[in-house]
Amino acid sequence: MRWAYGVLAAGVVLGVWQAVVWGMEMPPFILPSPLRVAEAFWQNRLILLGHAGVTLAEVLLGLLIGSVLGAGTAIAIAGSERLSRLVMPLLVLTQAVPVFALAPILTLWFGYGMASKVLMAVLIIFFPVTSAFHDGLTRIPKGLRDLARTMNATPFQEMLRLRIPHALPSLATGLKMGAVYAPIGAVIGEWVGASQGLGYLMLLANGRAKTDLMFASLLLLALMTVTLYQVVSWAADRASFRDKDLHAA
Amino acid sequence: MSAVAPGIALRGHHEIAGTPLFAPVSCHLPAGQWTCLLGRSGTGKTTLLRLIAGLEVAGQFVGDIAVSDGLPIEGRCSFMAQTDLLLPWLSALENAVLGQRLRGEPPDLPRARRLLERIGLGAYLSARPSALSGGMRQRVALARTLLEDRPIVLLDEPFSALDASTRAAMQELACEMFRDKTVLLVTHDPAEAIRLGHQVIFLTGEGARIWPVPETPPLRDSYAPDSVKAQAELMAALRRLA
Repeated sequence: MRWAYGVLAAGVVLGVWQAVVWGMEMPPFILPSPLRVAEAFWQNRLILLGHAGVTLAEVLLGLLIGSVLGAGTAIAIAGSERLSRLVMPLLVLTQAVPVFALAPILTLWFGYGMASKVLMAVLIIFFPVTSAFHDGLTRIPKGLRDLARTMNATPFQEMLRLRIPHALPSLATGLKMGAVYAPIGAVIGEWVGASQGLGYLMLLANGRAKTDLMFASLLLLALMTVTLYQVVSWAADRASFRDKDLHAA
Repeated sequence: MSAVAPGIALRGHHEIAGTPLFAPVSCHLPAGQWTCLLGRSGTGKTTLLRLIAGLEVAGQFVGDIAVSDGLPIEGRCSFMAQTDLLLPWLSALENAVLGQRLRGEPPDLPRARRLLERIGLGAYLSARPSALSGGMRQRVALARTLLEDRPIVLLDEPFSALDASTRAAMQELACEMFRDKTVLLVTHDPAEAIRLGHQVIFLTGEGARIWPVPETPPLRDSYAPDSVKAQAELMAALRRLA
């Protein structure tokens, strides 16, 4: 009955929202009522879905490319102490620069199309994926390392058969974070300069005081992110063994 | 088949940050025999085993480890710990051939299958560790150690987490399977040491000394009068140190 609590929570939020609109006599361009948002959603459903499709494509591409790059980087630096010392400070440094600040430059370099948004999503998820997976790859229990050592494991086989499978739950954690962050990257990219996508639609609706459409876009984006998170969680947890199965010390 | 097992002699002392872990010791593991290393917790039994295995240890060992045939130990020893160290994502059969997989060699699956069948796991070849009992998991770990087919076997309390009857059965199985290998068994159980050791080394803060064992060869009957007497004396010596 867990979904029942979810429905109840959503009901409470909607109820308070409606009460605020009625009680404080909010004009619709400041805070539209839930009903008005639903109406805007329905009337603009085709426009909304079209823009959502663009954003979804950017998010999925960004998630795919960012995950592959992040996982590859994590394996490379976990496999080489020297490379790790060289690359790790650089990775941390990139995190010190807010990705938001890079958005105008990326738009300048890669144009108003999808490329700059995909790149934003890649940039924003690269670090969480790399960092989570790298953690898993380097935290092999001592007993397993001893075992591999006495068995004269080759570094390549140890990575392939011991470290990567062992780190899959950590990679799953990184991917789940990526699923939540990737839409943020894409939407920031769309805010800075785009002609399509939910971020673009939000700015457009806001500028024309169509606050109800703005809220409808926002809800659709939230729905998309939650769904993406659920799908990624489900897939990632299925693909990796559960932590509790690890009997090794 | 595996090469002839060499004897090993260890001489030296060990310090961790200036504090001695064990005083100068001199111990000899006879070729092709079981040596049981017994002592209270914290006397450096596991450190001694890890030094022979070439695994990293805390602190500094000053001394030398000599092998009777003059060849290095590296690549000639297999290792079994208190925990089974099975990989949860692999079946019992795949866990048993892990050594060959990790070296990038083609695994000898028929041999692994025969061995697992022989030790009573024929019905569990494709079972994951989480579906096996503690005793079964430790039997898979034993099979994995055996399939390495190394002349030197280092056992770090591999039976201590098992229930009494499983432990007795595992001791018998290991005694049979590791015949003619040079075995070092670290244990804190006097009964286990007396049951399995051709030689028992008693490790204390002052050093290592050979403890007399009954003249019968292992596997000894734990309830034979001379076994009981040896166990009782060993237990009394352990308790005197408390």
